Amino acid sequence: MNHTFSLFQSMERDKIILSFKGDITQDLLASVYQIMESRMDQDKTDSKRKKRFYHILVECLQNVYHHMEDFRNVHELDEISDGSAIFIIAKAKGEGYRIITGNYIKKDESEDLKSKLEKINSMNTDELRTYYLETLSTTELSQKGGAGLGMIDIARKSGHKIVYSFDGVSDTVNFFTLEVTIN
Amino acid sequence: MDKLIIEPGIKTPHIVFDAANGSLEIKGKSIPENSIEFYKPVYDWLDTYTTQPKDQTLLTVQLEYFNTSSSKCLLDLFRKLENIHSSGKGKVNVKWLYEEDDEDIMEAGDDYQTIVKLPFSIEKISG
Repeated sequence: MNHTFSLFQSMERDKIILSFKGDITQDLLASVYQIMESRMDQDKTDSKRKKRFYHILVECLQNVYHHMEDFRNVHELDEISDGSAIFIIAKAKGEGYRIITGNYIKKDESEDLKSKLEKINSMNTDELRTYYLETLSTTELSQKGGAGLGMIDIARKSGHKIVYSFDGVSDTVNFFTLEVTIN
Repeated sequence: MDKLIIEPGIKTPHIVFDAANGSLEIKGKSIPENSIEFYKPVYDWLDTYTTQPKDQTLLTVQLEYFNTSSSKCLLDLFRKLENIHSSGKGKVNVKWLYEEDDEDIMEAGDDYQTIVKLPFSIEKISG
């Protein structure tokens, strides 16, 4: 019980609006979008910031959703976890928001993602636009509906470098953390 | 050919494609996790329409939000319309609408205009 209170206090301190750990489903995401829309209306968030936040939120959460799909039919996670992921939505300094997501990712995919993120973080606004258009016109959608555009889009819209880390979990699996700030 | 009408969902747009007057409209949100599934009937309808298009086709896009998965599907949709336009079977125009303060949607229209070979008019929604 004491632990709950300290968890509550720490969430208060970090200005957390919503946090979730578990299976990421399409229905869950629909509810989260609706909760955040009405929350921003309550907060009287200006419409420009609201739209930008919403757009980035969708990309961040769908990124987690697609990564979790990788583990739905394989057993690499069995000994580690029930296959859940985490996300946290919090107020940032001033009027901004923070979105943090964490999910398992296969090690072989981690390298590709890492070099992509390094590339994205090295680019300015114009370079990001060119990279986005290049990827949009040359990449085919994956079976899951991924376009390889999510991270580029998040960087373009947020106007910040993407903060991320990979933690080793097992021989084949990493834990990927992503943090995006929207001012 | 039958009209294609898809009612809007929590994550999907309202679609009204009318072959009789060459008017194709996409309006609302497009943020499904798997956009291919959603756009499949739209492509199927367009593939039939492409065989017998009107002289003038107008695609009106008025999206509030769309995810990157949908942005790829939108490009594929534009590509199908490019075929009508470039084959000389009919003329296709795109009207891309954005709300007054929505620079992101305006820029997205500009992005498409850069890579799609169709005449675009990017317009602010008045009122």
